[in-house]
Amino acid sequence: MGSAGKVVLVTGVSRDLGRRFARALADDPRIARVIGVDAVPPRGDIGEVSFIRADIRNPVIAKIIVKEDVDTVVHMAVISTPGSAGGRNTMKELNVIGTMQLLAACQKAPGLQALVVKSTTTVYGASSRDPAMFTEDMGPRRSPRSGYAKDVAEIEGYVRGFARRRPDVRVTTLRMANAIGPEVSSPLTTYFRLPVIPTVLGHDARLQFLHDRDLMAVLRHATLTETAGTYNVAGDGILMLSQAVRRLQRPALPLPTFMMGNMGSALRSARLADFSPEQTAFLTFGRGVDTTRMRTSLGFEPEHTTASAFADFAASLTPTGGHLERALARASARLPEPAAGGGPHG
Amino acid sequence: MGDAEIIPIGTRGRPGRGTGASSPSSAARGLAPAKKPAPATKPAPAKKAAPPTAAVRPRPKSKPKPAAETVEAPVAAPRAPVTTEVPTAADGIPAAEWLAAVQGAALEVFGDDWEPQLARFLAFLRRRVSGQYVVDEYGFDREVTERFFMSALRPIAQKWFRIEVRGIENIPTEGGALVVSNHSGTVPVDGLMTMVSIHDEIGRFLRPLGADLVFRLPFVGSMARKGGATLACNEDAERMLRGGELVGVWPEGFKGIGKPYADRYKLQRFGRGGFVSAALRTGVPIVPLSVVGAEEIYPLVGNLPSLARLLGVPYIPITPFFPLLGPLGLVPLPSKWLLEFGEPIRTDEFDPGAADDPMLVFNVTDQVRETIQQTLYSLLMQRQSVFR
Repeated sequence: MGSAGKVVLVTGVSRDLGRRFARALADDPRIARVIGVDAVPPRGDIGEVSFIRADIRNPVIAKIIVKEDVDTVVHMAVISTPGSAGGRNTMKELNVIGTMQLLAACQKAPGLQALVVKSTTTVYGASSRDPAMFTEDMGPRRSPRSGYAKDVAEIEGYVRGFARRRPDVRVTTLRMANAIGPEVSSPLTTYFRLPVIPTVLGHDARLQFLHDRDLMAVLRHATLTETAGTYNVAGDGILMLSQAVRRLQRPALPLPTFMMGNMGSALRSARLADFSPEQTAFLTFGRGVDTTRMRTSLGFEPEHTTASAFADFAASLTPTGGHLERALARASARLPEPAAGGGPHG
Repeated sequence: MGDAEIIPIGTRGRPGRGTGASSPSSAARGLAPAKKPAPATKPAPAKKAAPPTAAVRPRPKSKPKPAAETVEAPVAAPRAPVTTEVPTAADGIPAAEWLAAVQGAALEVFGDDWEPQLARFLAFLRRRVSGQYVVDEYGFDREVTERFFMSALRPIAQKWFRIEVRGIENIPTEGGALVVSNHSGTVPVDGLMTMVSIHDEIGRFLRPLGADLVFRLPFVGSMARKGGATLACNEDAERMLRGGELVGVWPEGFKGIGKPYADRYKLQRFGRGGFVSAALRTGVPIVPLSVVGAEEIYPLVGNLPSLARLLGVPYIPITPFFPLLGPLGLVPLPSKWLLEFGEPIRTDEFDPGAADDPMLVFNVTDQVRETIQQTLYSLLMQRQSVFR
């Protein structure tokens, strides 16, 4: 592959993550050109990226790929919430039909060498019957019947089909854990930004996060290296939901499972947060993914652990609770013996 | 002998029937020992009169009304300064007073070196409240398990069931191993007791594999994860064993704990032998464990299958005490427990593909099952009685 002249096409650049990724990629010396594609123009600065306004649901995309002599496609135009797109039907159309069109265009592009797909660990679902850590070979315990998880499962199915039909193209699927960071806007960060955080009574989800800078880094890594395959990408370690809420110093509001759904729809109609059924399941049971293969085969090492990524996110929020913690801190400050583990006193 | 005194039973030698307010019954007299002859005006001397004979011989003459007043007065007198002082500090009790109270309490609870003790305790509380603790990938919270679950279970294990552990040396002190145990007792108390016994004997945490139902239930599921349990599936079992954990399985599952009392100590079917293939794949030893005593804690004499089906649980137990005595029926019977760990069965000598050989897996499963069953019989022979 002529590494001097890589031409990369990035879909979904109108959204923040896509725009930042495309821009960062354009600054890389190993990349000749970055073409950003989306149905609406990006809001921020896109630097060196040449933006082409095109809908990936439209066959025009095939012409762009051929005409611009694209050799790598990074597919990031998979949206997790219907919020910005307008509705569930639009979201499904964008995700599934868009991916189908894009893959059809890729199949007809003789010069294409690599396809990188940003997927998500949501494909594994979240249920009480889940193994503690999903490896890439495992599937969801129940196949998803609706929503984002189903979209992603279908998209991955089409990507696998494409990989079979074009064995000469290197296909990399990155299943990302929930992205978190001060600038990330996603259903999960909206949830954590609520002043009082509703949780599911009696359940404590295991969560894994990926810092958005690591998300950029792994996409760039996958674009530039020669490894194919499917990889889980997540920060090290696990944070329990209760622990995460405590670290944010925000009060939690435990609700029974059936009320969590009502709460979700109330919050959605108030435009405060977006609770989909799969997010409720995620906040009930959580999910962990095994990242051994990310280290060994893909050769990527995230900079942040789950805990440090979350700490970075938490630093951007003002605590709304934490009175008990502060009271305890005052009490232990009053004690003649500060909180020393050894206790050399006496 | 002729002048024997007749003493009515239970009245301390005096006729016991009272007549209304004027002369209280002897039972009433006995109930108010501290009141005294002393009139209400003298709170301090009342103390002097109280110690010698008050409790023994209340005088019949004292009237109940002044007595009630005298009881109230001494109590009110010392308390008054405290109660009047507190309201003055309406929105913030002075820290010094809090400190004094805390110091007093700490001295009571922690003894002489209370300062470092309390500081450590406060540090622990702060860690919990601010979320600055670590859980492993299965959700195991070591700190809360050690400090809370284990300390809560230890008295039950030592004082209530008087657990006697044998053959603890059969558990490797490090590296992965699979403890396979019989399951009994209607409620999986035996698992908890095994966990605390192993931890107290060799300081290792037993990581139990729990049924799907455990993790579906609210509270139970999250507590189980915090205590180190994970779902009983091949993926998790192998992952834990590869990670060098000491894993516990109860292959009988609900068939074991939910069996009627008449079938006690008869091992049920051992699942599909999934635990054996997990051990074969990871090459860890299998340690058979036989638990005697757990069968008797809640003797299961009946079941409500239709209600159980309605609620989606495997069975609804009826014990001689459970629905009958209400919550009191939930107290387990104090049977004497024996835990015997058998000799480890090595699995590292088999070929790598042994786990995919069903016949071999069944053979090893049967071997483990037979070992446990035989040990159960011999332990039952040695046991003097259920409760001793």
